[in-house]
Amino acid sequence: MLPFILRRFLSAIPTLFLIVTISFFLIRLAPGGPFDLEQPLEAKVMENLRRIYKLDRPLIEQYGLYLGALLRGDFGPSFYFRDFTIGELFARGLPVSMMLGALALGFAILIGGALGTLAAFRQNSAADYAVMALGTAGLTIPNFVVAPVLQIVFALMLGVLPVGGWNDGAVRNLVLPVVTLALPQIAVVARMTRAAMIETLRSNHIRTLRSLGLPNGVIVRHATRGAALPVVSYLGPAAAALLTGSVVVETIFGLPGVGRYFVEGALNRDYTLVMGTVVLVAVFVLLFNLVVDILYALIDPRVRYE
Amino acid sequence: MEEAAASPILSVRGLHVRFRTGQGVLHAVKGIDLDVSAGETVAIVGESGSGKSQTVMALMGLLAANGWAQGSARYRGEELIGLPPAALNRYRGSKITMIFQEPMSSLDPLYRIGDQIALPLITHGGLSRRQAQARAVDLLRLVRIPDPERRLASYPHELSGGQRQRVMIAMALANRPDILIADEPTTALDVTVQARILELLAELKHRLGMAIVFITHDLGIVRRFAERTYVMKDGEVVESGATPALFAAPQHPYTRRLIEAEPRGRKTPPPPGAPVVLDAKDIRVRFELRSGLFGRARHEIRAVDDVDLDIRAGETVGVVGESGSGKSTLGRAILRLVPAAGLVRFEDRNLTPLDPRAMRPIRKHLQLVFQDPFGSLSPRMTVGEIVTEGLLVHQPALTGRERDKRAAQALEEVRLDPSSRNRFPHEFSGGQRQRIAIARALILRPKLVVLDEPTSALDRSVQSEIVELLRELQQEHGLAYLFISHDLAVVRALSDRILVMKEGRVVERGTTAEIFTQPREVYTRELMAAAFLSSTARSHLTRRVRSACGGNRPDHPAE
Repeated sequence: MLPFILRRFLSAIPTLFLIVTISFFLIRLAPGGPFDLEQPLEAKVMENLRRIYKLDRPLIEQYGLYLGALLRGDFGPSFYFRDFTIGELFARGLPVSMMLGALALGFAILIGGALGTLAAFRQNSAADYAVMALGTAGLTIPNFVVAPVLQIVFALMLGVLPVGGWNDGAVRNLVLPVVTLALPQIAVVARMTRAAMIETLRSNHIRTLRSLGLPNGVIVRHATRGAALPVVSYLGPAAAALLTGSVVVETIFGLPGVGRYFVEGALNRDYTLVMGTVVLVAVFVLLFNLVVDILYALIDPRVRYE
Repeated sequence: MEEAAASPILSVRGLHVRFRTGQGVLHAVKGIDLDVSAGETVAIVGESGSGKSQTVMALMGLLAANGWAQGSARYRGEELIGLPPAALNRYRGSKITMIFQEPMSSLDPLYRIGDQIALPLITHGGLSRRQAQARAVDLLRLVRIPDPERRLASYPHELSGGQRQRVMIAMALANRPDILIADEPTTALDVTVQARILELLAELKHRLGMAIVFITHDLGIVRRFAERTYVMKDGEVVESGATPALFAAPQHPYTRRLIEAEPRGRKTPPPPGAPVVLDAKDIRVRFELRSGLFGRARHEIRAVDDVDLDIRAGETVGVVGESGSGKSTLGRAILRLVPAAGLVRFEDRNLTPLDPRAMRPIRKHLQLVFQDPFGSLSPRMTVGEIVTEGLLVHQPALTGRERDKRAAQALEEVRLDPSSRNRFPHEFSGGQRQRIAIARALILRPKLVVLDEPTSALDRSVQSEIVELLRELQQEHGLAYLFISHDLAVVRALSDRILVMKEGRVVERGTTAEIFTQPREVYTRELMAAAFLSSTARSHLTRRVRSACGGNRPDHPAE
């Protein structure tokens, strides 16, 4: 197992390199630059800025400089948030986004998994239909609708929770954004769990357990493990997406996460910020794919990575 | 007719099983009566769809979600039908247990063998985990799994099919049941493995004294093991009674048909001096297995190892052997469908140097019929299109009308209604589909047909019809057959000569009479003993049982 993990880490390096290279040149293809404001800057100022940020060098040299800095773990300075480096921005925003994402993911697994299991065991009952309806609703109603509705009901009408703000991660402030983030994930996990569970419950080895007169708890345990495989493979990329923040949720609830940097970086041509978010997401995706593979091997003894 | 023993421990009265389906309610079991006495072996025989499996599934509360049972089934006076699962669990797994047809998928692939065997012991026997593991070792030893201590930590995929069925038996016997229901327990296994599993069951019954209910379509098993037999057809018991009497004087025409359905007759030999159609020398097929990420360590499998083979016009050469013996690969190698070394001559042409393009005009003389009548016909083509597809390649000049006429003729030849050529494969039964596959092969007027287990997926009575048809067609057209099968009864009814294959090599060859009357090799004898109720097989079996009961049992080789 250990050599496998090591090999995966090594094979991630060329992947990351490719991603960095492609996105470096892609963002440079976009018209405009980080210092093109509505009121054009004086030519002298512009020239100075470009020199300070080394934008006057040939593109290939800038690429080399960026790669070198990246290797030292330096994401460079932000072009837009001039007082900050990208590293500093991430250091502040990432814990917020990860906290929200991790909570949402946890609820998705617990609630979604439980609902899906319940629906599978009571297939075609009222409970099953309720779960499926909830699943469809959770998937189809977008979060920019859910979030304001939650704000209106719980903050403005009932006045039990704040409308937004981070407030150092107080529980009261977390509830609405986490619910908004978690709802569609709960829906997906519930539906996937239900489908996988129904499939497993029909399998011959579950029939064997029933024929042996084993209590329901044993059957649930065995079925859950079998049904976990497809859900786990969905959760890998989903976790990467959740933990790196959500633009919509962070904007609506006014939270200082990293999700909004995706959009802000791109709109402001903040080259280093765009590159930073690309690398961040890529690392998360690669990492969680590896986590999925390891979980797979732990769940299913037929899967062995040498 | 009814010979129920004095005090049946299981007594079924008026049992109905129905399923709600898209096409309305399917009445699978229609009010059957059935008794099982303590320590008795009872067989329920019937063809697929006769309701024999659903009968026992109903007893065990294992019907699919769209099925339900009515009537009565009493175990020692306690009614089982209609019990909620929790109440049924007082009997299931402890008093009444079951093993299934699918040993490969009946164990949970994600859990260790030891943990799975421990489950019924912990639940019903009240053992601790540690005690259950210790008892599991005893049980594995009882079902003759070698090295049981180590096997506890194995996962199902590390065991062969026969070993998995042994583990299933161990689980079923864990709590000393009164009744063991065996639903086609050996159908999915190779013949020799099949024989060992049956021996094991017979021996365990002897030692532990439980009753066994055998669900099977195999009359050989019934005759060998069952004291009483119920014959089922279309959800009803059409005949029942003591097995010897039932076989000696079957009352119901269906029973008679089942008994007669075992392939009979022998093939008339080809005329002397018939020309050699195919001559193959030193056929070798190798597969490379790569292990390790970069494929460094290589392992070579000799699927077919130096096999010589010749077939004359009008002659059938049977190839027998267990799965993995290379018999199917041999069939494909002589048709040059897999890369093979060696020399293949068809009539006066050497096929070895020909590339696929050059092979094409010869292909119409060499045809292949597959085992699976369900998977080998395209579901989206009409039967007429399927049958005449080869004509499009080999006789492109034919008009649509001429092709249609040929389709009708071909279907008539395999005794199917020619007007059915506009229908689709799913509207036909397994046997009819196999006839369609044969028509497709014969429409090109081939010289050689390779028949790869063409009867294995079919019920016995349908099998004998296909055997009959193949013999007639051979006679009419002077066809040469290479007949690949693990079913010795069918091979005997069709073949002039036989090759016995094991691990890619021919271990024995001879005429059908030689192979069946004086097999030389141990392996061939083992195959025979497994396949037939010969007197040798029976005495062989009783000897095993006797020595096993005497405590001095021989160690069985692991399959």
